[in-house]
Amino acid sequence: MMPIISVRNLVVEYDGRRILNKLNLEVEAGETMVLLGGSGSGKSTLLRQILGLERPHSGNVIVKGVDITSCSLSELKKIRLSIGVAFQSAALFNSLTVEENVALPLREHTALAPSIVDLMVWMKLAVVGLADFGKLQPQALSGGMKKRGAVARALSLDPEILVLDEPSAGLDPIVAAELDELILLLKQTFHMTVIVVTHEMASAFRIADRIAMLHQGSFRLIGTKEEIKASQDPHVRQFLDRVPEDLANQTIVSTFFQKYLEKKEVFQ
Amino acid sequence: MASVVEDIGKRTIENLDYVGSLNIQLWSTLRAMKSALPLVGNRYRWQATARQILEIGYDALPMISLMALCAGFILAMQGATELRRFGARGFVIDLVVVAFTRELGPLLTATAVSGRSGSAFAAEIGTMKVTEELDSLRVMALEPIEIVLAPKYLAALISIPCLSIVCNLFGIIAGGFFMFLSSRLSPLLYFRDVLDSIALRDVITGLIKSIAFATIIVHVSCLEGFRVRGGPDSVGRSTTSAVVKSTFLVILADAVFPVIFYLTGAQ
Repeated sequence: MMPIISVRNLVVEYDGRRILNKLNLEVEAGETMVLLGGSGSGKSTLLRQILGLERPHSGNVIVKGVDITSCSLSELKKIRLSIGVAFQSAALFNSLTVEENVALPLREHTALAPSIVDLMVWMKLAVVGLADFGKLQPQALSGGMKKRGAVARALSLDPEILVLDEPSAGLDPIVAAELDELILLLKQTFHMTVIVVTHEMASAFRIADRIAMLHQGSFRLIGTKEEIKASQDPHVRQFLDRVPEDLANQTIVSTFFQKYLEKKEVFQ
Repeated sequence: MASVVEDIGKRTIENLDYVGSLNIQLWSTLRAMKSALPLVGNRYRWQATARQILEIGYDALPMISLMALCAGFILAMQGATELRRFGARGFVIDLVVVAFTRELGPLLTATAVSGRSGSAFAAEIGTMKVTEELDSLRVMALEPIEIVLAPKYLAALISIPCLSIVCNLFGIIAGGFFMFLSSRLSPLLYFRDVLDSIALRDVITGLIKSIAFATIIVHVSCLEGFRVRGGPDSVGRSTTSAVVKSTFLVILADAVFPVIFYLTGAQ
């Protein structure tokens, strides 16, 4: 079976600096793929490429059989209609209420009657547990509620692919666990392909079918949770065991800290 | 020497890139404008346009009126002081009418709107860029130019010429007020003279200028917003840049228009 998303030899460079280095990845329909990696590893850059928000230096990204790195804008729009995205910052429109945010794609892309749109919006908000908060402005919501609002908006057109960028970033462990639960529930109920970008290992191991581990713009390992756990790759192990990337840096930091403790009175 | 040439080349390319981006944005907006029109366009987009008309036009009325009153009064006062020396004080009315309908009305309005709404456009779009709202529109298969820019442009095309007329009106009223205070000229006589001095082609050329100024203000400000990169500090920079660039380009365009009107025989 053809993968729903296929990344082939993807290279991304900013100002001559290589961010993604010949990445290859295949995501099967219906699976939950977690892109795991540290800060600056290129996770969000890869996600922007999968969403067609940026053009790569070389390589291809094929979504549902269409190469989105070279297709026309109208083809890209068609593909985008089958992808729901919740950004890291939630990116709800502050000028609209939560309801209006969720209704926006329905109003723009369908000819549904307003009463049907209202009903669908309520259903999407109910799925994420925000049915009673639809009339609020996004700025009146907590961080976790904003993210759930973004998920509701991402679900509004019943997408085949759901993309979540750092869904649990900046949330307390309980709210983060609730979001993980929501992702699992969505996958079970709507049978969608889910791509989640995260650096939270607990979250990744909870929701993933497969995990792609990114390090400095290259995949160190793509495999199931068990394969990742059993991996002896030093970078994967370093990430799993929470060891600082550069031990030399650790020494430098501790030296600075020691100096501060010794000369604390100078700073006071 | 080489670095100077290099610098000039770099600046030239940057400016060409800017002008090119403005052109692309303008044509994309014109193509997307249909959706912002009433009846034929998208209902939600027209509602956004109506909101923008209120924000750009209605909300700016007190400011523009006050500016026009002050400018009209000062112009009449300074004009009267000089013209009195030649025994031509009666020409103050012509001076105020011609100055406002041809130049001051559209220019004062454009300057005020540039500072008031231009900065708001740049800040709004810049913030949307920083908070990934523009990306989120794109991934929903929606065009930011159509959703964000087209209603603003249509609203500006309607509001700025209207504000310009209001500015003319208040400027002329201020001139009348000065004439009443200085020489007890009755308002009725003053407005009869105003009607004699006013020329339809001056009003029309003023409105043409207003439309051009509206185009400059909206597109420069929105482009500055779209070009924001980085964090909130760059939103601040883009806002300043939007006001400075649009005001400068408005004045530049105002200097070019008389030449065009002269060559085409419009003035």
